[in-house]
Amino acid sequence: MAVTCTGENRVLRAVVSGEVDHHGAKQIMGELERSINAALPRSLTLDLGEVSFMDSSGIAVILRAYRRLGELGGELKVCNIPEQAGKVLRAAGVDRLVSFE
Amino acid sequence: MTKPVNEAAVVFLSRSANEGFARATAACFAAQLDPTLDEVNDIKTAVSEAVTNCIVHAYPDCIGKVSMRLRLFGDNTLEIVVKDWGVGIEDVAQARQPLYTTGDETRSGMGFTIMESFMDGVKVRSAPGKGTTVTLRRRVSLRVGGGA
Repeated sequence: MAVTCTGENRVLRAVVSGEVDHHGAKQIMGELERSINAALPRSLTLDLGEVSFMDSSGIAVILRAYRRLGELGGELKVCNIPEQAGKVLRAAGVDRLVSFE
Repeated sequence: MTKPVNEAAVVFLSRSANEGFARATAACFAAQLDPTLDEVNDIKTAVSEAVTNCIVHAYPDCIGKVSMRLRLFGDNTLEIVVKDWGVGIEDVAQARQPLYTTGDETRSGMGFTIMESFMDGVKVRSAPGKGTTVTLRRRVSLRVGGGA
């Protein structure tokens, strides 16, 4: 499991773990999508604390979650961002779209 | 151009499992420069983008060969050449634009942008039907007190 979700009352927390590259992104997106569809969250916090590597595939994962939450009228937050992943996300300007904690 | 101090090369198939292999290989070769953790991460990230492009775009419907040549120069510069013999890029300038992608929803179109912001130099040569060569250059800082 690359994504572990916890939460109730449409407040979801998803811990992403491992390497978020093209090889891993499809599985992560799939697992995240299923959790979002099941919980229909009004708030989703993506916890990247267990991410050991992230490239631009991670940008696509976060932007997709951002769009899904937008459709649901919810809010996306990203927290516990490791330094390497943060540099990638900032280089792409994701921090201007999604709130980082 | 001056002769490299050290050189290594690997050839692998365009399977996504090799993204991690290519990153680790480049990081391993770069280790002799005594880079900081940040520098290693920058190199790994850029390599990941270049190799992913080969896997996703160069060989969209088949498995092909990807080569990665690593060269080290006397001024502490690392040069990484990632080459494929795939479909090539019609318009390189367009492909390098942020958010431009011909990939599916798992792609962000930010690969070249990331390579450019993490490396000192990114060169792309491509011929449709023949393949693409991406050359990444990054100078690693010399650390005071660091032995060679």
